[in-house]
Amino acid sequence: MPDSLNTLIRAVEDANSSALLQEAVKNLAATRLEGAIPTLIAALSYNNPGAAVAAVDGLIQIGEPAVPSLLELLDMHNYTARSWAIRTLAGIGDPRALVTLLGAATADFALSVRRAAAKGLGMMKWHWFPEDLLEIAQAEAMEALLFVAQEDEEWVVRYSAIVGLQFLANAITVSHPDWRSQILSNFEQIAAKEESWPVRARVLMAQQELQTATATTQTQHIDNSPSPLSSMDWQKIMEELYGRKGQERLVFAEGDPRRYEQLAVAIAQNTDE
Amino acid sequence: MENAANIQDDNQLTVEQAIANLQGEDLGLRVYAAWWLGRFRVDAPEAIDVLITALEDEDDRTNAGGYPLRRNAARALGKLGEKRAVPALIKALECSDFYVREAAAQSLEMLGDSSSIPRLIELLNDQIPGTLPAPEPPQLTQPFDAIIEALGTLGASNAIPVIQGFLDHPVPRIQYAAARAMYQLTYQATEVYNQYGDRLVQALANADLQLRRAVLSDLGAIGYLPAAQAIADTLAENSLKLISLKGLLEKQLQPTAPQELSPGAIKVMQLMDALL
Repeated sequence: MPDSLNTLIRAVEDANSSALLQEAVKNLAATRLEGAIPTLIAALSYNNPGAAVAAVDGLIQIGEPAVPSLLELLDMHNYTARSWAIRTLAGIGDPRALVTLLGAATADFALSVRRAAAKGLGMMKWHWFPEDLLEIAQAEAMEALLFVAQEDEEWVVRYSAIVGLQFLANAITVSHPDWRSQILSNFEQIAAKEESWPVRARVLMAQQELQTATATTQTQHIDNSPSPLSSMDWQKIMEELYGRKGQERLVFAEGDPRRYEQLAVAIAQNTDE
Repeated sequence: MENAANIQDDNQLTVEQAIANLQGEDLGLRVYAAWWLGRFRVDAPEAIDVLITALEDEDDRTNAGGYPLRRNAARALGKLGEKRAVPALIKALECSDFYVREAAAQSLEMLGDSSSIPRLIELLNDQIPGTLPAPEPPQLTQPFDAIIEALGTLGASNAIPVIQGFLDHPVPRIQYAAARAMYQLTYQATEVYNQYGDRLVQALANADLQLRRAVLSDLGAIGYLPAAQAIADTLAENSLKLISLKGLLEKQLQPTAPQELSPGAIKVMQLMDALL
């Protein structure tokens, strides 16, 4: 197998036309092998949309092992690559990207990034989260998505936030029926004042699907794999969330009762078992 | 393709300043002001007035004889939704500059005023004296695609015989414009209108990305539901596919607006969800 992987990687490196590159990246992505990750990530920077789309698809399939390198890419200055990386992270739903996605959904200047991040926020791998961090993460995602669904200036981003909210409402059906009701009542308000017909139609579809009990798994791919994240990862996620909350406080000067301090202790204890 | 490219630092310009610039000495500022008024949808009566005046500008000429200010003024007037501009835009269809005529035809389409139909048909038949071909290859005598698309949107059924002749035009973009207009003009009046929609669906497989993008836009404009899956599968940017599918969805929601969802609307939304 390594031989054929090397051949496929070399095909990407040697491609001398846009079409060949696209094809080579597609073939490499189809292997779903971790060894393909560096080459696929490099393809996000080639300024070839066809190759980038194929690389994003491949990286999403590979999933979690690609996340650290993707997060690294976000620190670089190539904006196009950054935007593809965020879209990939949204597709993977890895908790390490949570804070990045929160920021991207609410504030990125490219609508394609806000759009992908909004959907990604609804489709996080929630089952990986430790219980207490889960509550904070879902509250943050809900707050961000409700904001984007009502305030973003682009119809497609609002549309995407509705999709994200539908997934989130599904995920919290048992744990937080009160939040689910809050999302549903927001849907009522959005439907009443939204100007874009497609967004209103998507609200209506979300309402219908949430009413249908059997719709719970729908298009969301079922993935029950256990969390591969370490206690260090969770610690970092929590600190990032805390930092984000701190920034918001500076702006809104609003007391926040969430128990970050105790949580730090709780997580450290749980994950070291 | 995202709108980032158009974002500039426009904070310095005010509506008053833009209107003043449009009448000022600096030709560069005039052209920019005309674009700016359209971009920011400034539909104040004074803005419309100066833009209409700019359609007859003689100061701003390119070496090839083009009228950059007139082009931008014509484009802006289409965006401002003021029917008062229609007679001046019809007059602009006589301009020697190919791109002024193209912009005028597109703006008349946007303004949706059928009084321009006779003149558009004359232009399509190349019967307006003094109009020059496009300066670069394929050096078309007229902006046929813009004219045909306008006639389709304006419901010019008397143009059907002329437009049919363009279904086999050597330039693919013009063939597609003709198919799009034929679909609109024969929609539900004949049993064959789907053949025009299907022609566009086949064109989504064209090797040229620019053409695939144009066809996505055509299919969105006519809201051709049988194209939904093919649109989602097209090798093009998700953003453009989403806009195209939005056109299909809107057609499904007409004329009731979202009270209930047809199976077609649900299918289109499922495809859209996957492209986000």
